[in-house]
Amino acid sequence: MNPRGVRYLKLILFVLSLTPALLLLEGALSDALGTNPVETLVRDTGQWTLRFLLITLLISPLRQLTGQSQLLRLRRMLGLFAFFYALLHLSLYIGLDKFLYWDEILNDILDRPFITIGMLAFVLLVPLAITSTDAMMRRLGRNWVKLHKLVYVIAVAGVVHFYMLVKADVTEPVIYGLILAVLLMFRLPAIKRWRPFRA
Amino acid sequence: MLIKKPSDISPSEITPRETYRDRRRFMQQMAGLGLGGVLMGATGTAVAGYGGKPLNFTPSTKYRVDEKPTPYEDVTTYNNFYEFGTDKASPARRAHTLEPRPWSVVVEGACAKPGRYDLEEILKPHPLEERIYRFRCVEGWSMVIPWVGFPLGDMLKRFEPTAAAKYVVFETLYDPEQFPNQRGRVLDWPYLEGLRMDEAMHPLSLMVVGLYGEVLPNQNGAPMRLMVPWKYGFKSIKSIAKIRFVEEMPTSTWMRANSREYGFYSNVNPRVDHPRWSQQSERRIGEWGRRKTLMFNGYGDEVAHLYSGMDLRKFF
Ligand code: HEM
Repeated sequence: MNPRGVRYLKLILFVLSLTPALLLLEGALSDALGTNPVETLVRDTGQWTLRFLLITLLISPLRQLTGQSQLLRLRRMLGLFAFFYALLHLSLYIGLDKFLYWDEILNDILDRPFITIGMLAFVLLVPLAITSTDAMMRRLGRNWVKLHKLVYVIAVAGVVHFYMLVKADVTEPVIYGLILAVLLMFRLPAIKRWRPFRA
Repeated sequence: MLIKKPSDISPSEITPRETYRDRRRFMQQMAGLGLGGVLMGATGTAVAGYGGKPLNFTPSTKYRVDEKPTPYEDVTTYNNFYEFGTDKASPARRAHTLEPRPWSVVVEGACAKPGRYDLEEILKPHPLEERIYRFRCVEGWSMVIPWVGFPLGDMLKRFEPTAAAKYVVFETLYDPEQFPNQRGRVLDWPYLEGLRMDEAMHPLSLMVVGLYGEVLPNQNGAPMRLMVPWKYGFKSIKSIAKIRFVEEMPTSTWMRANSREYGFYSNVNPRVDHPRWSQQSERRIGEWGRRKTLMFNGYGDEVAHLYSGMDLRKFF
């Protein structure tokens, strides 16, 4: 794909990635988020955070399978969208779900394992977002790659967070977990060497 | 013709008082437009089964909280009823498979009058009253709901429980044909709940057959459900098909699913946190902010004595 093609693709992806947030905003303003809109907002943004983490992790296997190295140029934006949705998720939780009841929020983070783990995932996302610029990449060099391996920990924490918060039906988090497992498998050296597009 | 989904109904039609007073008229108008069948019938979006038929009752003067009732639409479309699915929209969508008539209830265990009773036989002697109760879900949200029913104790007495009856156990009907999600194993079916005998005989404990002056919609637990307003919602078991008097404290479905998180008593208690949800505050459906959760859901004056001397942290 030529650079122009990549730029168009990026633009389209940007709009697509922003759409869920805009739809939620529209839903909130028109009171169309159901009986418990706060729950809908917190849950949907949580789901989108996890989805964007997985989509981001899909890029390098996709490159490997298709040989399209240009795909890597989409990865930063997708990762930043994961951070964007995580920030929304956390802000909605603090601002709307808990309505700035700080002692309850603090209690939640310290005492409720699912929230502790979600918070851990969020905290780890912050340095990745901060170091996502070209300048930071250059400055950190090899360490940048090492640092950004944290995304694996974050994604696992995200799935565990989801798994722990459901009351009884774990189907959905298990599906996310299986997808994540497949994506992580592509990071195994043996599979990394596999180049189907050249065969 | 365009078919109205509940979300398309204009707000003026779903404000509580409007709905409450004019609901019958509203249903008739809908029927006139050929929409009644849609609202009440197979799609089950608004009301499923026999839900919506008017009931004869007297409003209770004693048991009515002075707070704005939660709109009918919210009460009937936001339900935890895992027999129809684990998300809250599923019951309203799927509960049309439930057939609340004919219905029978098996009564067994430590009582003088065990047997299989037809629902009509059970209901016949009890005058219906309407009570407006607070409803608090363990997940941290709450509603205010006008139920129609009769005191649970009045019904239990008719079965003449013996001295060995220390607890009463309730079971939801097990029939995957009617409750499709019972085919899966999210919970150990049939759903089972229980009360200590003195809790069950307490005047606040209500057998519910209606909502907003009308027959209980399927998704709210037709034909007959329990309502124990000082306990978290999951104690108030739906679509009851079995009542058993026992000597030992039963293990409820949620205790079996996770004994660390769910106890037998499950009294609303802002001082005892659930591992998953802080119970200090709650969101009243329809409000953006949070309110402080009240001890025993605000029914402490009536029920606190049932637990005097008990460590409520231990017996949560
Ligand atoms: C990378 C970080 C995170 C990811 C991937 C994530 C993901 C998710 C997902 C997938 C859900 C479930 C949505 C559903 O039920 O459909 C969820 C729910 C939730 N998350 Fe997160 N989350 C993250 C961080 C956080 C943080 C930092 C907090 C709070 C401090 C938090 C608090 C919650 C809460 C309160 C719920 C709703 C639980 C409920 O409704 O019962 N999450 N999150």
